[in-house]
Amino acid sequence: MKKVTIISIFLLLASLLAACGNQAAQKEASQPAAAPTDSTDLSAEQKAYREFALDQLDQFVLKTEEFVQAVLAGDVEKAKALYAPARMYFERSEPVAEVFGDLDPRIDGRLADLEAEGKGKEEWTGYHKIEYGLWVENTTKGYEETAKQLLNDTKELRAKVETVEVTPDLMITGAVDLLNEVSTSKITGEEEVFSHTDLYDFKANIEGAEKIFEIFKPKLQEKDAALVTTLEERFNKVNELLAQYEDGKGGYISFDQLKEEDTKALSEAVDQLGEPLSQMAIVVE
Amino acid sequence: MQTEKHSSESRMEISRRDLLKTIGIGAVGIALGAVGSLAAPGVRSYLGGIASANDNISFYGAHQPGITTKNPKHVYFVSLNCEVKSRSELKELFQSWTEDSVRLMNGEVMPNSPNTLLPPYDTGEAVGLNAARLTLTFGVGPSLFEKPELGLSSRKPPELKDLPHFPRDQLDPKYVGGDICIQACADDPQVAFHAVRNLIRNARGKVTMRWSQAGFNSYPVRDGKEETPRNLFAFKDGTGNPNVDSPEEMNRFVWVQPGESADWLAGGTYMVVRRIQMFLETWDRTALSEQEATIGRHRDSGAPLGKTGEFDDMELDRKDENGNPIVPVDSHVYLAKQANERILRRSFSYVGGINPETGAFDAGLLFISFQKHPQQFINIQNSLGRLDRLNEYITHRGSALFACFPGVEKGSYLGAALLG
Repeated sequence: MKKVTIISIFLLLASLLAACGNQAAQKEASQPAAAPTDSTDLSAEQKAYREFALDQLDQFVLKTEEFVQAVLAGDVEKAKALYAPARMYFERSEPVAEVFGDLDPRIDGRLADLEAEGKGKEEWTGYHKIEYGLWVENTTKGYEETAKQLLNDTKELRAKVETVEVTPDLMITGAVDLLNEVSTSKITGEEEVFSHTDLYDFKANIEGAEKIFEIFKPKLQEKDAALVTTLEERFNKVNELLAQYEDGKGGYISFDQLKEEDTKALSEAVDQLGEPLSQMAIVVE
Repeated sequence: MQTEKHSSESRMEISRRDLLKTIGIGAVGIALGAVGSLAAPGVRSYLGGIASANDNISFYGAHQPGITTKNPKHVYFVSLNCEVKSRSELKELFQSWTEDSVRLMNGEVMPNSPNTLLPPYDTGEAVGLNAARLTLTFGVGPSLFEKPELGLSSRKPPELKDLPHFPRDQLDPKYVGGDICIQACADDPQVAFHAVRNLIRNARGKVTMRWSQAGFNSYPVRDGKEETPRNLFAFKDGTGNPNVDSPEEMNRFVWVQPGESADWLAGGTYMVVRRIQMFLETWDRTALSEQEATIGRHRDSGAPLGKTGEFDDMELDRKDENGNPIVPVDSHVYLAKQANERILRRSFSYVGGINPETGAFDAGLLFISFQKHPQQFINIQNSLGRLDRLNEYITHRGSALFACFPGVEKGSYLGAALLG
């Protein structure tokens, strides 16, 4: 629906521009073309991203299954170890995963979100509920049903994602949304309030955005090579900052160990990346 | 098609409000195509018509705007860290800020791309508003010259250094220093903030924000003439300023003359910024006579103690019948005058919520002064020193010094003499 609207605007523009006359066209000649056309074929890019997202969600189901098994087996330490890495697959593919308005909160809902909607703890499901059990209560007891439902929901998500139409809009908006996720919840430590594994989600969101950039890169290179250079620099900067907090065991240190100047530097790097990332939309022109 | 019928001239009369309201966003791109890029300096946009002739101030001139420009009502000041890695990048930054500033001060808005998957070019909160006498003033701090990658150390004037520690200073690192500053003044706070927001957005990755402060002022108008504004202690602030309409006084006190500092600063000035916390609750329980003795002036008239007119000569050596000085020797004005220096003060009040530690108002003065040499301010501040009776009611929390470039002539850019 959205796509149709955009195309019709382009067509309207094209006809209006044609009516503008020679004088205007001459003045315009020294300027970069302002009006995009809808001729850019991005079907290969859309396909590539769809494959990426489906693969991530395949992995997400597998890792969630391992996590759920650990919970059902009552192995707190193993469940804790599997928790954050499993979630990264979800966080990377969130632009696709969050299309389903009911499944996303069932899998990834935070207690604070529920409370904001006037709902209580009893309606809480998904990863963060088990996170609470593991880190606050230090147990898996009483979370067996939640774990089983989580696995079912995850599988349902994977099945439904087959039906998602991956559009350039979804990819462009999704990349920026991934950064917005970082800016609004990861950088404040509000995503993983009990486990403090926010840096895993942070990294995964960045990787998810970077993947979309990588897919668009050849086309962007033709349109605006400087933008590609800027984006590469800014992704590098964020990734270098994040690398400072690796724990040497393939993961990240606890978010509560970060000082105010650390989160500020990370947040600024994300904002600096977000501005040029939002310009990636020129790829459709 | 409606657009077809418009001559280029009539398009200029379309206000940005009407344009967005009636034609819709897609058509904005048409107007862009028709009149050429609005980003190019000197190109008057179809949006320009909305700004009435007397409410936009030219960015160009021998000196930067926002220094002698009279009676701004609002300020948004921001101090920035410079993140660029080379002098050429810094030059590009100031070139692009020059273009932005011309456009913003003209009250023009960049039209959006017809590609609606892009964010709007302009953040947009000033759409439909006029230029509101917006001025943008840029300065560079001492720390900018200490960045080896910029290679500017040899161009640093010796007097461009952090202000010395003054007695009773209690500076908070959150409000100190900066590589670059932008002062946006306007009669509309939204216009001032919009300007800074867009300048920063366009420089994302090249600068980060260090500290900022919004402030306000209000000028009573009597017989069509705007009077000296009052600060939050209710005293007139700026009475002793040199006359901004007198080139002679400005050259003597404010504008750096050739040979007086670094060559690139000729026509520029030094900007002192102090964030001064004012203890309103304490002041409000102080007797009027004590308030007036603290300042050295009568509160309502602004006149020197014992006189009636705001601009009457202070005559510091006046004595009462007992031989005591009429203007107390520890009053703010007495001590400030002892320094025998003149500076151009352009201060603004600020209110910023409630002090979490005391439950009191977090309020004060964003003191801004312009002078051709920082020593003018330093001498006054040292004269105030520990003696100033006003110390009981204020604490200096923030401090920064910037060298403000000379003005920009058409075709040139901010800081050209430093960065070119």
